[in-house]
Amino acid sequence: MERFEEKIIVNNAHGLHARPAALFVQITNKYDSAVWLKKEEEIVDAKSIIAILSLGIQRGSAVTLIVEGDDAQDAFKELKEFLEKDHE
Amino acid sequence: MNKIIGIAASEGISIGKAFYVQSEHIDVPKKKISFEDISREIYRLEEALIETRKEIGSLQRQIDEKLGYDHAKIFEAHMLVLEDRLLIEDIINQIKNKRINVEYAFSQSVKKYIDILQKLDDAYLKERAYDIEDVAKRVLRKMLNLDMQTLEHVKEKVIIVAHDLSPSETASLPKANILGFVTDVGGRTAHTAIIARNLGIPAVVGTKSATEHIQSGDTLIVDGAEGIVYINPSQKTIKEYQARIKAEGKQALKIHIPKTLKSQTKDKKRLIVSVNIELPEELPMVDEYKAEGVGLYRTEYLFLGKKDLPNEEEQYKAYSQVARKIKPHSVIIRTIDIGGDKFLSKPDLPREMTPFLGWRAIRFCLANPHIFKQQLRAILRASYGTNIKIMFPMISGVEEVREAKNILEECKKELKKEGKKFDDKISVGVMIEVPSAALTAHILAKECDFFSIGTNDLIQYSLAIDRADEKVAHLYAPAHPAVLQLIKGVIDAAHANDIWVGMCGEMAGEALFAVLLVGFGIDELSMPPRSIPRIKEIISKIRYSDAKKIADECFQYGTAKEMEAFLQERVQNILKDDLSKYL
Repeated sequence: MERFEEKIIVNNAHGLHARPAALFVQITNKYDSAVWLKKEEEIVDAKSIIAILSLGIQRGSAVTLIVEGDDAQDAFKELKEFLEKDHE
Repeated sequence: MNKIIGIAASEGISIGKAFYVQSEHIDVPKKKISFEDISREIYRLEEALIETRKEIGSLQRQIDEKLGYDHAKIFEAHMLVLEDRLLIEDIINQIKNKRINVEYAFSQSVKKYIDILQKLDDAYLKERAYDIEDVAKRVLRKMLNLDMQTLEHVKEKVIIVAHDLSPSETASLPKANILGFVTDVGGRTAHTAIIARNLGIPAVVGTKSATEHIQSGDTLIVDGAEGIVYINPSQKTIKEYQARIKAEGKQALKIHIPKTLKSQTKDKKRLIVSVNIELPEELPMVDEYKAEGVGLYRTEYLFLGKKDLPNEEEQYKAYSQVARKIKPHSVIIRTIDIGGDKFLSKPDLPREMTPFLGWRAIRFCLANPHIFKQQLRAILRASYGTNIKIMFPMISGVEEVREAKNILEECKKELKKEGKKFDDKISVGVMIEVPSAALTAHILAKECDFFSIGTNDLIQYSLAIDRADEKVAHLYAPAHPAVLQLIKGVIDAAHANDIWVGMCGEMAGEALFAVLLVGFGIDELSMPPRSIPRIKEIISKIRYSDAKKIADECFQYGTAKEMEAFLQERVQNILKDDLSKYL
């Protein structure tokens, strides 16, 4: 079981709003590993779109991405790229 | 007679019976359940979720086919809510621990998350709370065996009246039976407004009080171009509007969407017929109606009704999305045309305001260089590899042009320093809508690359008519010789200085004036999508030489009425066709 954790600045023009959040959740659910997002002191299950929306992540927000599980390495890589990439 | 005024969200006229869609309130019963019932309640949850997913899936496919993927994709987030494990776990826990029925557990959990989203300091996310509510209602209806709102069973053709319509409500309406929309809230950028425009259904939104004054069964006239709704109007008014619908109907029947992009008269005088837009969502119409580029891209929607100013990135995204789509044709971006007091946190304003002699448009921008520069930088960056032109609104004299251009140069220098690419030779033009600008056009022309005449304001300012004032509104006359004289002067001044000149006001899309404007030598006409077919057809049927004769003779008439009569007779002669078809 592997665990990865890193602070990331979200670079999407609209933060993690409905559509980007939906795409993000689709990725997290592809993997078996558990995924959490932490913003300031709040930590949520990143496989839940409602939980992610409730963090109110905007462009430039600093979030901590935590991935734990057997496929954590691949999952972490894909999710980190997603957060750092500017979509659209 | 009773009438209410709202925001003109989708043009066209319809007359019909009102159908009041109440925002639905679902009563959720709370019941205690026994231990044995737990598994049954959980099963019911799963069943309702699966059913709702199917329902949304088919809705999504319908919308995709009818309106395209962009509209369908809003349902993706809806789908994810239905399989959200946090939500589902929370509901199951409540059923197990509190021993309550699934409907109640479900509505409690959903409410909790909606409350969280609504408290966020972000307008966009607050709207998402509304999406979740929308999905939740679908699920609850499944659980409680309630029918979908009766909308799908509307048999008669009706005008939908509602406080607001959710995206899924709008999407599930039987389009063939909808004559129009009237809502209390929302602006031109609301989902209902966009869908109405795409479907060509008249809509007036943001009336504030429609649901208060209108009951199901009332007779309504929806004037989607003016943003007026008449409630139980007199026979006389109905007749007037019926005549207008008949004229429009004729036109719709006989005039086809043009096949070619380019416009020219019979004797080969080339003209550009372009389109006015204000939302990237309207882009599909540019193709559909064969517009040769965008002659006016209004940028106000980016700024209105928002709590925060859109930053450079957001603006850059919007502008480049439009410019890339329209390339190789040009997009004329008009810098923001709103005023200081109306700037933020107010809902959408009617598109064309009453003549506003105050602090707005270029005056506001020059006084707020940080806001202006952000927009100019975004426009410049979007101009790289595309064909963007910049246009300044409400210019009243050359000093404003110089000042604005200086700021533009500063932006270019900054971008160069930062290594950001842009079109260094970007065209800069001004909107001619203030009489002082029209009268000094020969001076302005030396410092600009083009003009675009904004007739709505030009007419109001020249004739001192406030169209919103009922007592003088009838004096608003585009055919007034003074107005036409100003327009001709602007065109001549432009050509004497070798720059091109277009028009982006309502007049550009009107048949009678189009012929006269061609005669004056105008180079470009920009108008709402629906006017394009008739204007292109007219241009293809006339000779520039004939139009020029009309232009030469028109100034012997002293009143707007005489002028109109003259134009009607002459245009009718040239077209050798029923003129009313084009009006």
